[in-house]
Amino acid sequence: MRSFTVLQGLAAPMDRANVDTDLIIPKQFLKSIKRSGFGPNLFDELRYLDQGEPGQDCSGRPVNEDFALNQPRYQGASVLLARENFGCGSSREHAPWALEDYGFRCLIAPSFADIFYNNCFKNGILPIELDAAIVDRLFQQMYANEGYTLTVDLERQVVVTPEGEEIPFEVDAFRKHCLINGLDDIGLTLESADAIRAFESRWQEQSPWLFGTLK
Amino acid sequence: MSGQTLYDKLWQNHLVEQRDDGSALIYIDRQLIHEVTSPQAFEGLRLAGRKPWRVDANLAVPDHNVPTLRDERVGGIAGIVDPVSRLQVQTLDDNCRDFDIMEFEINDQRQGIVHVVGPEQGATLPGMTIVCGDSHTSTHGALGALAHGIGTSEVEHVMATQCLVQQKMKNMLVRVDGSLLSGVTAKDVVLAIIGKIGTAGGTGYAIEFGGEVIRALSMEGRMTVCNMAIEAGARAGMIACDDKTIDYVRGRTYAPKGEMWERAVEAWRDLHSDDDAQFDRVVELRGEDIRPQVTWGTSPEMVLPVDGVIPDPAAAESAARREAIERALQYMGLEPGMPITGIKLDKVFIGSCTNSRIEDLRAAAAVVRGRRVADSIKLAMVVPGSGEVKEQAEAEGLDKVFTAAGLEWREPGCSMCLAMNSDKLGSGEHCASTSNRNFEGRQGFGGRTHLVSPAMAAAAAVTGHFVDVRDWQEAGQ
Ligand code: SF4
Repeated sequence: MRSFTVLQGLAAPMDRANVDTDLIIPKQFLKSIKRSGFGPNLFDELRYLDQGEPGQDCSGRPVNEDFALNQPRYQGASVLLARENFGCGSSREHAPWALEDYGFRCLIAPSFADIFYNNCFKNGILPIELDAAIVDRLFQQMYANEGYTLTVDLERQVVVTPEGEEIPFEVDAFRKHCLINGLDDIGLTLESADAIRAFESRWQEQSPWLFGTLK
Repeated sequence: MSGQTLYDKLWQNHLVEQRDDGSALIYIDRQLIHEVTSPQAFEGLRLAGRKPWRVDANLAVPDHNVPTLRDERVGGIAGIVDPVSRLQVQTLDDNCRDFDIMEFEINDQRQGIVHVVGPEQGATLPGMTIVCGDSHTSTHGALGALAHGIGTSEVEHVMATQCLVQQKMKNMLVRVDGSLLSGVTAKDVVLAIIGKIGTAGGTGYAIEFGGEVIRALSMEGRMTVCNMAIEAGARAGMIACDDKTIDYVRGRTYAPKGEMWERAVEAWRDLHSDDDAQFDRVVELRGEDIRPQVTWGTSPEMVLPVDGVIPDPAAAESAARREAIERALQYMGLEPGMPITGIKLDKVFIGSCTNSRIEDLRAAAAVVRGRRVADSIKLAMVVPGSGEVKEQAEAEGLDKVFTAAGLEWREPGCSMCLAMNSDKLGSGEHCASTSNRNFEGRQGFGGRTHLVSPAMAAAAAVTGHFVDVRDWQEAGQ
């Protein structure tokens, strides 16, 4: 997993409450054999005017010009401003996969659905919960200023606006540690690699028939 | 201090690290891989630039998506008609090649349902920890192993680290003493257990199955029982290792040989619960009380003896239960008070990782030998669990018995157990099935599944409705 320290990124809006995972990535895309490549189908039903199918080339599809992410000013965004209860619905890990693949590394909202919130950390995305009034203010500033860029400093736990205002946020210390060091669950377990190796060599001595047979 | 359960021993043997928060790092000896739950795990490895920790701990085989019709099968992967299935099977081949993992490919003689293949090849051994991205991995516990299903992220985790982060489960003993009546099989035993404790009865537990009846079961029968531990809510089911286990493993392709075999057997002799081991919960059944079982609803706990009648929701002990029964009856198109034997069937499926081993096929063949499938049955199919089972069955002439009776003899795979290939029920069709799940839509949209033993399924194929295979056998003799 990529590590997350300081992110400076263009902000884009997802200006509605209760965005569920089916809206983030519709169910027909779950048949995929891949974990990556969901980016073109992020918010598929909002972004395009036709119905998306897995494996389809999205470049020729009719685009919904009204949808914010299709507007030129938000191209290349990596911070998503959102509203209450973002990521509710099914537990599919495809939702953070799609956001990450699209390019989002940080989500800012007044609240997130529980499972989705967890899944974000597993995929290198930092979800930040801020007071609804503050989120609303960020939305207004973003709409008023093209090229609105936020700096997210995970180490210091602050979001810095273009005016230099620092907004503090909370994050669980353990998750922060994992994100900063780019540790996913696997990375964490690999911190015990020596213990695993020590166990393994003892175990192999004791039960040699369990090793080297399937080759 | 009291003794250890089998589960305690297997856990202790594989404990790499105990952590303060109650979780533990557990070493995994064997990972079995199939095409549906592995692609994202392999891709995860690739994206992170990781390699499998121990290539030789993994064995892959495609099973869920493979076609079972000979004509579609002979063309190998290219012959698979459904492009989504074809891509999944192809992807497994590609991944195994890239990561150097041993795979029995689609038309390899050793290919089959992953839970049939593992024990059959000696890739599943007593005392192992075994995982697979599939909930019926509990099957392998029949050999005195700790085996359970995992999710896709965990598949990747095990590939990369050879470990899983686990919380220890509680211990449950399900003891079945006495003896079974003739015509009653392992499938009936496990359905009766689920009927007694419910589909959530084993949640949070590792179940050990013991007692005279379990010890008297063949290894195939024990696998049938452990296979359905997950249907009782327990991720892992297991049975103590004994002479029968050791005889079963001896001589299998990947089982230890020579002096190594002797050493292994010595270690395996300890794979049982100590006499003074404490279980958190003990459930007891008598073998004599168990009659052939048939599920009537949409959950494996909705099960009755074949001479039972469909329950009346009005008599349910709670409102929630009443609602569940009403919904199930509506989905299944059944009326309260109707005898189980009155259920008319459209299809019969003999197969799946629960009941597709040689003994299962022998039991089914014994029932249909010299008889004909009822005219009202649209399709009756027998799907062997693996290429090895298929070959053995053909050597015994069982395929001829089936085809002469009007059953189709197919190529190995999961088939109509979950209907990911083209073997499906039509909406509203009733099926006597030897598989393990009767959920809504499991065998096809709107399909109605009744779980039974192979002998019961075979008898139902002949009569077109359920019959008590015990009367049947007497009448036939
Ligand atoms: S046979 Fe059925 S239950 Fe068994 S692995 Fe295949 S799909 Fe799963």
